[in-house]
Amino acid sequence: MATQMLPFYDRVEDALQNSTLQHALERNMPRFVALRAQALNKLIDEAALRDQARAIRAKSLARLDELLTRLADTVEARGGHVCWATDGKAAGQYIAELAQRQAVKSIVKSKSMASEEIHLNAQLEAHSLEVIETDLGEYIIQLSGETPSHIIAPAIHMTRQEIGQLFQEKLGMEPTEDIPTMTRTARRVLRQRFVQADMGISGVNFGIAESGGMVLVTNEGNADLTTSVPRIHVAIMGIERVVESLDDLAVMLQVLARSATGQKLSVYTTFLSGPTRPGEPDGPEEFHLILLDNGRSRILGSAYAEALMCIRCGACLNACPVYQSIGGHAYGGVYSGPIGSVISPLLQPDVPDVHQLPYASTLCGACQEACPVRIALPDMLLRLRGDAVQAGKVAPGEQAAMTAWQATMNNPALYRAGGTMASIITRLVGGREGVLKQLPPPLAGWTQHRDFPTFAKQSFSERWAAQHGTDEEPQ
Amino acid sequence: MMQPTRRATLFVTCIVDQMYPEIGEATAVLLQAQGVAVRVPRGLTCCGQMALNAGFRDEAYAVAGRTIEVLRGQGDIVLPSGSCTAMIRHLYHELFHGTPHQQAAEALIGRTYELTEYLVDVLGVQDVGAHYAARATYHDACHGLRYLDLSRQARTLLAHVRGLELVPLPACTECCGFGGLFAVKQAAISGAMLQRKLANITSTSADLLITGDASCMTQIAGGLKRNAAPVQVRHIAEVLVGR
Repeated sequence: MATQMLPFYDRVEDALQNSTLQHALERNMPRFVALRAQALNKLIDEAALRDQARAIRAKSLARLDELLTRLADTVEARGGHVCWATDGKAAGQYIAELAQRQAVKSIVKSKSMASEEIHLNAQLEAHSLEVIETDLGEYIIQLSGETPSHIIAPAIHMTRQEIGQLFQEKLGMEPTEDIPTMTRTARRVLRQRFVQADMGISGVNFGIAESGGMVLVTNEGNADLTTSVPRIHVAIMGIERVVESLDDLAVMLQVLARSATGQKLSVYTTFLSGPTRPGEPDGPEEFHLILLDNGRSRILGSAYAEALMCIRCGACLNACPVYQSIGGHAYGGVYSGPIGSVISPLLQPDVPDVHQLPYASTLCGACQEACPVRIALPDMLLRLRGDAVQAGKVAPGEQAAMTAWQATMNNPALYRAGGTMASIITRLVGGREGVLKQLPPPLAGWTQHRDFPTFAKQSFSERWAAQHGTDEEPQ
Repeated sequence: MMQPTRRATLFVTCIVDQMYPEIGEATAVLLQAQGVAVRVPRGLTCCGQMALNAGFRDEAYAVAGRTIEVLRGQGDIVLPSGSCTAMIRHLYHELFHGTPHQQAAEALIGRTYELTEYLVDVLGVQDVGAHYAARATYHDACHGLRYLDLSRQARTLLAHVRGLELVPLPACTECCGFGGLFAVKQAAISGAMLQRKLANITSTSADLLITGDASCMTQIAGGLKRNAAPVQVRHIAEVLVGR
C-alpha cells in the first residue's frame, strides 16, 4: 500500500529491487503467455474470431445508449432495480443507502474490477459495513491490505510462502507452504461468511441487452454463492460491458477465457436474471444493477473510445515486457499494464503522476498483438503522451531540447555541423575503445545500464557526397 | 554490376547516418547489386520518430513534414530500418491527417519499404550471394515485426548466406527495451528488459547477433559490451554484403 503513494519512478525502482516480486513475475508471466498462445492456436480461425469479437465490441459502443436502455428496461421488467451511477461516489452511496435501508450488516463480494476502480470496500467500510472478498486472490490481497496487481490474478505478485505467512498471521493457520491446505483454510473461513451475509456484490463480465441477463465468468464458484445465498444481490457493471444478444455473447466468451487464462471456457459461466421468481428454490430476494459511468462516457466521445472495447482479460499485461519487469503495483492504480496506462489517465486525470504511465512502454506492440479485440494500445499511448506534452507536463529542459532538435533536423547545415561536433566529442571521450561509459544528464540513464557508441568519424551522407557528388541525379 | 533497371531513394535514417555509416553503404551496395540505381537526396535528416514517440507532436510534424517534401517525387524509398519505415507507413497517417502535407504523406506511405522487405517482396530476391562465417542468431525488431509484418524476409535472406549458421533466439520477438527516449527516461525498466534479451542471446552460444534496426543494435551491443560478452552485433545489411 505504502509503495503506491510514492512517485512513479520510485515505485518502479522498488519493484525492480523486490526479489520476491521478481521471482513471482519470472515464474508466473511466461505461463500465462504460453497458455494463451496454446488456447488460441487450437482455434480453427483465430484471426476471424478476433475480428468478429472486435466488430461486436464496436457495435456495442456505437449503440451504447440504446443497448443500455434495453438492458435496464429488461432488468426492471424482471423485477430488478437499476441505478445509473455517474461516478464511484454515486455507486457507493446507492449501495450504502440500500444496505442501511435493508439492515445489512455483512457483505460478501466476488471479483469486480469496477468495484476496485471506485474503491467500493473503503466506501462501504466508512459506513461501518463489513465487506469480505471471496475470490481467493482478492481475499488474499484484502487480508494483506493491498490492491490487485493484475486484472485477473490480483495476487500474482505474491509467492506461496508469503501467502502461507499471511494466513498464519490473519487466519491462525498452522505453518505450511502446501497450497491445498491454504485454499482449504480460505474456503472454511469464507463458507461461514457466505452463510452470514445479507448482501452479495458482484461484477458483471457482460450484460445482455436482449434478455436482461448478467454473465459472470469465474473459476472458483464464489460468484455463484455471492449472487445466490445472500438475500440481496448487487451487480456493478461498467457501462461499456453490454452486448446485444446471446449470439454476440457466445463470441465474446470464446475469446475471453482463452485470452485470460488459456482455458476454452472458465470453470463457471453464470447467467443471472434478477431476483428469484415465484416457484424458484433459491436466489436473492432483491436484485440491483449498478451501471457505472465514472468517466466512461467522456472516453466514448474522445480519441480513446476504442479503449472501452476492453473486456478485462489481462492478456496485454501478460504480453507486456514492461509489466513483466515491474508487475502491477508500480503502475499505482487498480488497472495496470498497457490497458491501465491508457485508461488510468483517462479515468483519473487528477492523480498527480498518472500522466507518466503512457511513457512506461517501448511501444513494442506486443499488447495489441495479444489483445483479443486488437485495441490499438500503442497508438493511444502515443496520443496520451502528446496530450501530456500539450498540457505542459514535461520535464525541465525537455521542451528546449526538442525545440533544438527540431531546428537541427530541419536545417541540414546545422545537422551536419552538429554531427561533426558530436563525432569529435564522443570520439575524444570514447578513446581507443570507441565507447562511452558515462553520459551526462539527462542521458545518464543510458550509461547506467549499457555503453554508448561513438559517432562515426564521417557521416554516411558526407561519405556519399564525397564519392558521388551532391547532385541529385541517380547513380 | 548489372545495368540499372529500377531506381530507389535511400533514406538511411539519422542514426545510421551519424553513427553507423557502414550500414548505409552496405544498403546501397545491396541495392545496386540487384540492379537498382540508388540516389541519396542531399539534406535528408530524420523521420521525426524520436519527437513523436516522446509526445512532441508539433516538433515531429515539423521535421517529418520537411522529410515528406524532400522525398516528394523521389520514387521508391528504401530504409535500413523497420522502425523508421513503420513511423512513415503507420504513424504518418494520423500525424498528417487533415494537414497540407496529407496528400504527399499518403503518396510517400505507398512507396516506402524496409530493406529486407524491398529485396524479398518487391525485387523477389532470396539469395544475395553473400558469404559470412558465423554462428548467428536473429532479433526481430518490434516495429518491423508488428507494423510491417517483417520476419520471414530477413530469415529467407539469411538462410542463403554461405557460412552462416542461424540458430533460433529464444523470445526473439520480445522487445530489447530500447523504445527511443524510454531507454533514458525509464532507464531502469529498459535495463531490466535488456538483461532478459542478453540472457537469451548468450543462451544460444551464438557469436553474432543480427538485427534489422540500428536502434536495437545500439541497445543490445551496448549491453553486451558492458557485460563483456563475446558476441558481435551486426545489422542485416552488413551481413548480406559479406564476401
